[in-house]
Amino acid sequence: MNHSQGFLKDIQISCLVVGWLLSNTASIILSFRVWGGQSMTDSAPSWFFYSAEMIHSLFLINHLGDIFLEKHWKSVISRSVCDYFFEAREKAVDPENVPPVLQTPHHYLISIYRGKLFFLSVIQTEVPPLFVIEFLHRVADTFQDYFGECSESVISDNLVIVYELLEEMLDNGFPLATESNVLKEMIRPPNILRSVVNTLTGGSNVGETLPQGQLSNIPWRRAGVKYANNEAYFDVTEEIDAIVDKSGTTVSAEIQGVIEACVKLSGMPDLTMSFMNPRLLDDVSFHPCVRFRRWESERVLSFIPPDGNFTLMTYHISSQNLVAIPVYVKQSINFFEAGSCGRLDITIGPKQTMGKTVEDLKVTIHMPKAVLNANLTATQGNYTYDCTTKMLVWDIGKLNPQKLPNLRGSLSMQTGVPNPEENPSLNIDLKIQQLAISGLKVSRLDMYGEKYKPFKGVKYVTKAGKFQVRT
Amino acid sequence: MPSVLRNEDLKEMLESSKESLKLEAMKRIVGLIAKGKSASELFPAVVKNVASKNIELKKLVYVYLVRYAEEQQDLALLSISTFQRALKDPNQFIRASALRVLSSIRVPIIVPIMMLAIKEAAADLSPYVRKTSAHAIQKLYSLDPDQKEQLIEVIEKLLKDKSTLVAGSVVMAFEEVCPDRIDLIHKNYRKLCNLLVDVEEWGQVVIISMLTRYARTQFTSPWMEGAEFDENKAFYDSDSEEKKDQTEAKPYVMDPDHRLLLRNTKPLLQSRNTAVVMAVAQLYWHLAPKHEVSIVTKSLVRLLRSHREVQYIVLQNIATMSIQRKGMFEPFIKSFYVRSTDATHIKTLKLEILTNLANEANISTILREFQTYVKSQDKAFAAATIQAIGRCATNISEVTDTCLNGLVLLLSNRDEAVVAESIVVIKKLLQTQPTQHGDIIKHMAKLFDNVTVPMARASILWLMGEYCEKVPKIAPDVLRKMAKTFTAEEDIVKLQTVNLAAKLYLTNSKQTKLLTQYILNLGKYDQNYDIRDRTRFIRQLIVPNEKSGALSKYARRILLAPKPAPVLESAFKDRDRYQLGTLSHSLNLKATGYQELPDWPAVAPDQSVRNVEIVEPQRIKADLFWVSNVHCPCVCTESGSESEEESSEDSEKTSSDSGKSSSGSEKSSSESESDQKKKKKTKKAQQKKNKPAADRYAEIPAVCHTGFGSFLPKLEFITIMISFFYDFFFFCQHCLFPQNDSKNPTFRTSGISLFHMSFQVTTSSFGPLKTYELLHHMTGKGLSAKYHFPRQPCLYQPSMVAVQVILTNSSDHALEEIHIGDQSPASLNIHCFNTIERLEPGASVTVSMGIDFSDSTQAANFQLCTKEDQFSVSIQPAVGELLMPSTMTEQDFCKEQGKLQGMNETSATITMATANASRQAINKQVLSVANVGEVPSSQNNFSRFGGRTVSSRALVLLSLELSESSGALLTINTEKSVMASMLLRDLKQALAQA
Repeated sequence: MNHSQGFLKDIQISCLVVGWLLSNTASIILSFRVWGGQSMTDSAPSWFFYSAEMIHSLFLINHLGDIFLEKHWKSVISRSVCDYFFEAREKAVDPENVPPVLQTPHHYLISIYRGKLFFLSVIQTEVPPLFVIEFLHRVADTFQDYFGECSESVISDNLVIVYELLEEMLDNGFPLATESNVLKEMIRPPNILRSVVNTLTGGSNVGETLPQGQLSNIPWRRAGVKYANNEAYFDVTEEIDAIVDKSGTTVSAEIQGVIEACVKLSGMPDLTMSFMNPRLLDDVSFHPCVRFRRWESERVLSFIPPDGNFTLMTYHISSQNLVAIPVYVKQSINFFEAGSCGRLDITIGPKQTMGKTVEDLKVTIHMPKAVLNANLTATQGNYTYDCTTKMLVWDIGKLNPQKLPNLRGSLSMQTGVPNPEENPSLNIDLKIQQLAISGLKVSRLDMYGEKYKPFKGVKYVTKAGKFQVRT
Repeated sequence: MPSVLRNEDLKEMLESSKESLKLEAMKRIVGLIAKGKSASELFPAVVKNVASKNIELKKLVYVYLVRYAEEQQDLALLSISTFQRALKDPNQFIRASALRVLSSIRVPIIVPIMMLAIKEAAADLSPYVRKTSAHAIQKLYSLDPDQKEQLIEVIEKLLKDKSTLVAGSVVMAFEEVCPDRIDLIHKNYRKLCNLLVDVEEWGQVVIISMLTRYARTQFTSPWMEGAEFDENKAFYDSDSEEKKDQTEAKPYVMDPDHRLLLRNTKPLLQSRNTAVVMAVAQLYWHLAPKHEVSIVTKSLVRLLRSHREVQYIVLQNIATMSIQRKGMFEPFIKSFYVRSTDATHIKTLKLEILTNLANEANISTILREFQTYVKSQDKAFAAATIQAIGRCATNISEVTDTCLNGLVLLLSNRDEAVVAESIVVIKKLLQTQPTQHGDIIKHMAKLFDNVTVPMARASILWLMGEYCEKVPKIAPDVLRKMAKTFTAEEDIVKLQTVNLAAKLYLTNSKQTKLLTQYILNLGKYDQNYDIRDRTRFIRQLIVPNEKSGALSKYARRILLAPKPAPVLESAFKDRDRYQLGTLSHSLNLKATGYQELPDWPAVAPDQSVRNVEIVEPQRIKADLFWVSNVHCPCVCTESGSESEEESSEDSEKTSSDSGKSSSGSEKSSSESESDQKKKKKTKKAQQKKNKPAADRYAEIPAVCHTGFGSFLPKLEFITIMISFFYDFFFFCQHCLFPQNDSKNPTFRTSGISLFHMSFQVTTSSFGPLKTYELLHHMTGKGLSAKYHFPRQPCLYQPSMVAVQVILTNSSDHALEEIHIGDQSPASLNIHCFNTIERLEPGASVTVSMGIDFSDSTQAANFQLCTKEDQFSVSIQPAVGELLMPSTMTEQDFCKEQGKLQGMNETSATITMATANASRQAINKQVLSVANVGEVPSSQNNFSRFGGRTVSSRALVLLSLELSESSGALLTINTEKSVMASMLLRDLKQALAQA
């Protein structure tokens, strides 16, 4: 503890004095130190006692704290190990605040929080924590992919498929098959028709053969894909993360872009995507299918795509670059000492929209605890105030530059409580269709390796990510 | 009991003859297992179905078996024979899953069976089965560690595996079973480095962390001692790796293998898998020269946009890094600004990093940010911010006063936590410069009555005591108040009260003697023995009586000794003792099984251990089509011998034979990517039916093709080709002698000589690159272009010469749509580069072209166009660039030379410059003129070089016979006599020069 340094000095001095007075005690302290030193070197790691097992067990826990699924890849670990987690969960109040890595006397617990569920893995030895976290998210992604959502009810309904998936995804605690294309060939996703047929005929959801992808060097793609209509769609989505301060100046702004693809092409197509302005992209990450050297030398994306939906690449345009901010916010929020009330006045207008319309505009404010209710009028859209969560949500919709939306009125405050120190910040949501705010544009998409002519399409959309206006 | 009853009905269902009922029962049982309910009494009924034909039923039985076998060992044995049978199944999928389940049954009695199964699977033709066997090794090891020695043998064998599928899993097994056997890695080190990009993501993480440790034991430190390193400067030019390599004229020279690791891991920073990115980041942090580490910054910052948990781990690592290397993250400081929606632990970590990054230049911005944070509704975070302000204040002396004033303002804050934290921080700050702050101390004394947080009260008391001489009037009064409330205070406050009393007694005993006595008496009977202890000690020390000896004389010096100001340090200060990215680092304590990263050795161990015995550069003919025609292992013997005959026939033909049956390797090493793809496809088509035997090879061309194969530098490419042929031999051996494959060395060598192949190996064709001007910026209106011959096989067509053009925009405006226009002569075959949409002023870009010169030095003329202008340019190749190296043995060289006599031979006596007397100098000169390969020579006075013309693939043989004096006889044998004479002229000139 840093705080106590000053006192420690005092205490240390007194310790020494005591030692000087009572030389016996001193020698005890000394011998204790020596012993302590030895034990340190004894327990120093050696190559020999190292065991590199990874994920030992997995528990799925709902928001009430019930364990509704457990899976062990090695010997069984009692679910009482989760008690340490529940303790931390209790302490954190908000589930978001639970530390992802916890230590218990014999195990380590690494957890993620997704869709109101905790995925809790039990680890016994040293392992890169990100390895486990990334894997757990991949499991959650797979559930999402298979069942359309990742919730307790859907997992409980498909318990057998979930179990089969977990069995394939991890062998002895080490990831085995995590590619969605590979998994789908081994374990078919549920659909109503098949489940009816299966119950009638006793058929199964389990594929009979090993997916070819697992063996080739293109593990992400199924073999023998056939479509009547060959099509490839790409969605370029950019999210603006920004912090704007009280005066309207941008404190920081960055763009997080992602290109999601939905490729339904027969055979083994080899695609090349080039950009009008690839120089914009200086920090990128790719799906494993993208040939990196090709990107390095020519700045084109060359890849054999997986079948179906996948994330082709993500990119990040950092705060060092100039980022356009599509809207401005004029606001004033005041809390008055007298009369225990407050005033709120917010106006939003377009700033740099590149001539496009801003849609789905929404403002969310997390009010201080003292705010009991809000009595406001909106010139456009609706507002709601939830007294328990203290969330004020103003759903505006389309932004009309001729008639700027405004929300104003009074806030009623709890009496006898000091006024909040800080004004709450505003979180903005918005959407702009047909625009990538960074200016990125796909110039062409070529296909090699197959004869047919595919249908191609690119869609752009800009959204607000973590867009925050400080007040 | 209802649960037993229900299980009864499950038992009935399992024993019925209807498959659908059984399946339904198994599904319900798996449901029970998933919910953590016991279903062990069903074991006998379930295990009967292990041999079921229904795959799903079988799989569910497997799930059950693995879960309960440990509890029901005897019954579990019943199922073993089923697995043993399945291990021999022709379907690799079944073999693999049988091994998976067999090895997951934790029953000690089957250890020998598992061992046997693992050994067999490790030699399986299917890489998938081999991968499974690597996983099984770990399971067997945890079941019975006594098997270690035998398992290490299997690991050793699997480490040699060339399949990207196996690599990750076997390294995992290595890490678990024998991480100390570094010697097993030596021979596989380069292969692992080269395969890395194509290994699946999880394997990459494991391999990278193993190689980090390996590198720390095998290479010397790249961090030069004493050389104080200018962080900022290097930060800006760290991108160019080449530059670094050149400037290394210092005593430290990086081992090429060390460089190989750094180079091959770098692209993985672009992985979508956050664990891979982190693994590379820690590798660079622990292994790269200091100025190269910053290339990981951007990628780490990118990860911050990922899930909350990922952010947490990455921020922890950045916090540790930012202490040592501020410069790395300073440009990205805005990415660490806190949002009100962040989770508390994320906020605290960001704050930590911001504090670490604070310096004179950015402190004002950071403090402005902090001002916002202090007002946060999240009070724990606000308190952490105050501490951070305190740290900034001590670290940066310019702002100490500003910070202190700010903190004093906070003392009037409404929130108690904020006030308390401010007091604690102010206390620390005052210690650094106590002289001028009497006022602040007084102010705090006034606040004392209203502060209830014990730590804050204790801090004020300590300040009073420590600086009692500055506030002589107030301090005794505070003590008076404390005497009244002493019994109700917290322990920490009591201790400080005793302290304050003692100090006042020594400085102002007149006013405080009685008060002190009173407090000491209270303390004497306190419940807490620490306080009783302290009271007794203080009393002995300060109150003079007969027994108190020499010490009380020094009481003043002891208690009022000047105390050094506390250093406000980051909580991450000592985290760097743990390897980055590890669990131990994240928890800040040594996790079970954590291996400390070894320190660099002072002297590097022998480098040659990593050399792989390369198959003598002899000519091996491998017919890929033959491989795909093999039907299955059982008929291999037959077809194997067929191919022997075939290939020995082929060996009679010259290697210029470009027919379909001539070596696939030759093609793949020089052919363009698209051709390879085509071939792979045809192969694939043929393979479809013959999967078991062929699939082991299917991946080899794929290595070259997917990933980035075609773009690999030549040498790496060839390594892969060589490794492919290695594999091929094993395969043949396996076919011919399936029983005792590895025990037949004679066969192995003879096997090699049976095959005949001619693939191009380039050993030393990297001469210094000559750059030629294509377009001067004066004539090009700002656009300038230079070109050089990279001497790599052209990607676009094998008959083309690869040319790299560097386009630079020296004008003051951006140039758009740079492309190639009309070409002449019209027959000229040029592969143009893709149109460059925009070239910013000052920027330059390198593009590659392919030009088919048809083995003539006639210039290729074409137009270089921008949006507005067109410039005629021409590339005239030196004759030496129209060649490509060809490696052959001395015998072959002589044999071929014998065929190219008469008018195909051109020779001249030349005079050599004295500087060129050594063989190396000759090689260098020759290679700088012509892109040829050296032929090993047994005679000292002979130097021989082999090459082919790029377009028509005609052999060009160069030999240089040194005579006694400085003269030499240069002979060139080739069908292309025009080229020969031009080449002769160029060589003569080069060798005559010093």
